[in-house]
Amino acid sequence: MYQGKNETPDIKKLEELTVSIRRGILSALHAAGSGHPGGSLSMVEFLTALYFAELRHDPKNPDWEKRDRVFLSKGHAGPGLYSVLAEAGYFPKEELVTLRKLHSILQGHPHREKTPGIEISSGSLGQGLGAANGAALGLRLDGSDSRVFCILGDGELQEGSIWEAIMTSAHRKLDNLVAWVDYNNLQIDGTVEDVKGIAPLADKFKAFNWNVIEVDGHSIEAQLKALKKARETKGKPTVLIAKTVKGKGVCFMENKAEWHGVAPNTEQYEAAIKGLCIVNGPSKQQAENAEA
Amino acid sequence: MSALKTREARDGYGEGLVKLAKAHKDVIAMDCDLGRSTRSFRITEVDKNRFFDMGIAEQDMLSTAAGMAKMGKTVFVNSFGVFVTGRAFDQIRQQVSLPKANVKVCGSSSGLTQGADGATHQSVVDVALMRNLPNMTVVVPADAKQAEEAVIALYDVKGPAYLRLSKHPTPDYIPETPAFKIGKAQVLRTGSDICLCGCGPVMYNVLAAADVLEKAGIKTGVVNFHTIKPLDVETVKSLAGKYKRIVSIEEHSILGGLGSALAEVIAGLEKGATLLRLGVPDTFGESGSGEELLAKYGLDTDGIVKSVKNLK
Repeated sequence: MYQGKNETPDIKKLEELTVSIRRGILSALHAAGSGHPGGSLSMVEFLTALYFAELRHDPKNPDWEKRDRVFLSKGHAGPGLYSVLAEAGYFPKEELVTLRKLHSILQGHPHREKTPGIEISSGSLGQGLGAANGAALGLRLDGSDSRVFCILGDGELQEGSIWEAIMTSAHRKLDNLVAWVDYNNLQIDGTVEDVKGIAPLADKFKAFNWNVIEVDGHSIEAQLKALKKARETKGKPTVLIAKTVKGKGVCFMENKAEWHGVAPNTEQYEAAIKGLCIVNGPSKQQAENAEA
Repeated sequence: MSALKTREARDGYGEGLVKLAKAHKDVIAMDCDLGRSTRSFRITEVDKNRFFDMGIAEQDMLSTAAGMAKMGKTVFVNSFGVFVTGRAFDQIRQQVSLPKANVKVCGSSSGLTQGADGATHQSVVDVALMRNLPNMTVVVPADAKQAEEAVIALYDVKGPAYLRLSKHPTPDYIPETPAFKIGKAQVLRTGSDICLCGCGPVMYNVLAAADVLEKAGIKTGVVNFHTIKPLDVETVKSLAGKYKRIVSIEEHSILGGLGSALAEVIAGLEKGATLLRLGVPDTFGESGSGEELLAKYGLDTDGIVKSVKNLK
């Protein structure tokens, strides 16, 4: 059981966990032969900070009433969350390689009835924040101090329903809600700014009456600091706009839109596993890919 | 007819919702700026904290309801039938139907009798949309009293449901017996020649048509299929064995509604009745009064009688 709100976790240990979590993601996707590495890899540092320091939860009792809730709105990044859940002990790590296979508990996109620790079914984009609002409202009605975290993609913010929900969170002053935006600026057809730009994102959220924190999405320490600030903010919802790199941690996937929804073949998988290490800040390869 | 006191199904819904909210603390109502029209606002008579006006944002309402249902609430979401099922279809599909969320989708002012607002506001494919989603229960009450019974009964269905409500006034004309039970068709009259099977307020015209047909010597059965899903398949089979002809009558497209549901059962039988489907042909509605529109599509008493008499 994790009580959460741990302000002095062993950062080194958390960083080591990210390597194991990335390994899990890659082995799941490689075994499946399809799936979404880019957006799974980009949220690893955040999910690690969340599940192993901030969140109150119990992997042995996924339905624990007092748990904090995590809603993955960008459902295609399911393998990222699956690997974190396995690491935390919701189900055996051996399950990861059954991803996307018939009768697997790990569906191609999250299905709440199939997987311990998955709170909502998602995949069709733009719907998770609304559900997170509903849960936050329900918790408030019940006088609960549990909190709700919602993980959004940046491309997903092109869905109008998200902005309906953004209005609701602020209108209802949901300070028991934290949204996290994976701002890697890549979607299937190219950069988010080229396809349909969302900048200036922080200003947009501010105009919608949110508390906005911009954060380095690959620094565990930065995430923890931001989560603490979010926890201390009263009267409005908080969004963490996390500057991330799609495909982070696998040099040849970093900053490449084409790695949104393609699984590594065996050769690529082996190279990726070999190159895994603790990431902190931009890698050389990532900068080169961005320039190219 | 006009001497009888009339009510609308949405009024019965409001009554039922108030009773439910008094009896159960987990009952929540949400609306999209139509709370007074849909009668969902009446929950505030019990507890103003259990009403959520979500603004003009149907998709957001459905997502929020799904989240609240996760917290153990029984959530009734409300808007006009055309908006709540059409605008928010994907939220209903992914967040309500797929995870079996305890959300009751209530479509008010449904069908042609939405009336003068015209095609944009008339839901004539809502039952088809909802019926095709797995895990859904679909109920179309025939009068205000039945709407009240339906909303109360749906509380005990722990899962997704669509409740189709109308603002077309009728007396409370559905008899006390056989009692309303979700999934069980009500045999209102027994005949031997032809059986009229319908749902919704248009059942009032169906019963009047049966009177006329009886006088003309046609032994006419009448069955109220208030539950489109799960369909009372046993009753359909027994009717198809007993009668030569079945006629479905609904204020909905003949594609995908009650008529289609009956056809799906009858088509699988080795022998039995043939089916005539009355309703809105493959078209949109238009402006006019409810009565005028029902007459235009042959769903008034005269129209039903004429269609039956035309059967060879």
